[in-house]
Amino acid sequence: MPDTAPAPVITIGDDAPPVVLQERRILGVPASTWPKVLMPLFVGVLALAVWEFLVRYNGIPAYILPGPLLIAQTMVTDWGTLSGSLWITLSISLAALAVAVLLGVSLSVLFAQSKWVELSFFPYAVILQVTPIVAIAPLIIIWVNDVKLSLLICAWIVAFFPILSNTTLGLNSADHNLLNLFQLYKATRFQTLLHLRLPSALPYFLGGLKISGGLSLIGAVVAEFVAGTGGSQSGLAYRILESGYQLRIPRMFAALFMISISGIVIFLCLSTLSHMVLRRWHESALKREN
Amino acid sequence: MSVADLTLDTAAQPAGRAARPVVSCRGVAKLFSNGTLALQNVDLDIGRHQFVSLLGPSGCGKSTLLRLIAGLGEASAGTIDWPDAAHDSTGAAQPSLSFVFQEPTLMPWASAIKNVMLPLKLAGVKPDEQRARAAEALRMVGLAAFENAYPRELSGGMKMRVSIARAMVTRPQVLLMDEPFAALDEITRFKLNNDLLELWHASSFTVVFVTHSVFESVFLSQRIVTMAARPGRVIADMDVTAPYPRAADYRTSPLYNAHCKRASEALEQAMGHALGAH
Ligand SMILES: Nc1ncnc2c1ncn2[C@@H]1O[C@H](COP(=O)(O)OP(=O)(O)O)[C@@H](O)[C@H]1O
Ligand SMILES: [Mg+2]
Repeated sequence: MPDTAPAPVITIGDDAPPVVLQERRILGVPASTWPKVLMPLFVGVLALAVWEFLVRYNGIPAYILPGPLLIAQTMVTDWGTLSGSLWITLSISLAALAVAVLLGVSLSVLFAQSKWVELSFFPYAVILQVTPIVAIAPLIIIWVNDVKLSLLICAWIVAFFPILSNTTLGLNSADHNLLNLFQLYKATRFQTLLHLRLPSALPYFLGGLKISGGLSLIGAVVAEFVAGTGGSQSGLAYRILESGYQLRIPRMFAALFMISISGIVIFLCLSTLSHMVLRRWHESALKREN
Repeated sequence: MSVADLTLDTAAQPAGRAARPVVSCRGVAKLFSNGTLALQNVDLDIGRHQFVSLLGPSGCGKSTLLRLIAGLGEASAGTIDWPDAAHDSTGAAQPSLSFVFQEPTLMPWASAIKNVMLPLKLAGVKPDEQRARAAEALRMVGLAAFENAYPRELSGGMKMRVSIARAMVTRPQVLLMDEPFAALDEITRFKLNNDLLELWHASSFTVVFVTHSVFESVFLSQRIVTMAARPGRVIADMDVTAPYPRAADYRTSPLYNAHCKRASEALEQAMGHALGAH
């Protein structure tokens, strides 16, 4: 309408500020979250207690199955070596994840520009994905002189595909009517990408990221097993191998625990990130009241 | 004009009501690649500040025609001219128009005001002005208190209001609406019908409103263009002479009833045509 036209104000019944009800909080955490934390914790503690009891009751020697207390003790006494290895494994995984995000998103944006590019290159991404990492790891280790770099490449290969395929799907899932709307308002390709395709792809990308987070850790560990090289610069996988040779089974378990816990922490961090980003708008992150 | 004078005008005549139409369709046809002839030989002139409804059964090509007018897709034959619109360097018309879809079609990741700001952002308007004009548009549709609400937090009717605010924020000369209220309950629909008429009456834009409801078209429009299917074409063009502003009492007046009767007859004829073509 022209600037001169008086703008009629239409008041309606539902024009009232939204009412927001705050949930009760205990120690800063919503009351409904507590059972979600406490219940699995309770099951875990119970399982550890049963384990400890069975080991002691049956007198199982520590070189066959150590009890959780002994494992915890080993973790404390060997913390110097183990924490160094933990740091190395984690830094390789996270670097691989970062590269996977960077390349995965860039490549999917490239794919979204043209169906032909996608058709030509996507099969090769699939080949990379379906080839077992244990089968190509030895080659990569031979080609790349630096052990750390070769582990990073292996972890990256494993972590890359879920991000690429999910983001590509997301970029192509923008609402058809919204695409028409952008066309109607003469949006440029770049505007459509920035304001429509990328936000549409966000939930898909975050789903891929959650999978890739765990996979990058698995990739780093598996590749190190294959490499089997030791030294002061080795990660948790080599600690497991080494402890096996030396029959230091409690230490083997301690390293195994640290890998599992790292995986869980990575998953929880990425889930939290995903929830924070999608909280206001996406189905997956919304709390249903019915 | 008495009720008795109202006769059914079924001749598919292009109404030359406005000396110089805003948009003028001549011999427009649309053949989809799957072989569906969605439109055939459509002639339609729409005058300045008219409120025109396209009425017809489902599948008769109403949406297709509206999308062609909007420039979404190419007509297979015929021309769509915008005599008074600016033209770009390639000679293509650059009419100032907005489109409201049947679904609100909001970006779920953006608040109401960010959604309304979108057309201005795409046009490169300064951020301050974007926000001020979007706030004004939201106030106009009665959603001033919901600027920061996300689409998920709004009811169906409120989402549609945001969608209308987004369409109005560019101050278009032509507003194209494709069954915008079809998915809403009757109470909300009546309310939005009234609000839309007030907006239109207070300003000078043109509305092309697609609907399959006789009652909605008679309540809203000055002119009802009835279409029939297979192939999609215009079969009747009638005036609705009731004066504006039209309010709730118009819905119960004898004049309204008489117009509804005529429009229903045209619609029935449209369905008959379609069946006859089978
Ligand atoms: N993209 C398309 N491809 C093929 N056929 C289509 C397409 N869009 C619409 N049609 C067909 O064109 C006809 C008219 O459709 P439409 O304009 O949506 O009708 P209406 O809006 O009046 O219900 C229908 O038969 C429909 O199936
Ligand atoms: Mg339709």
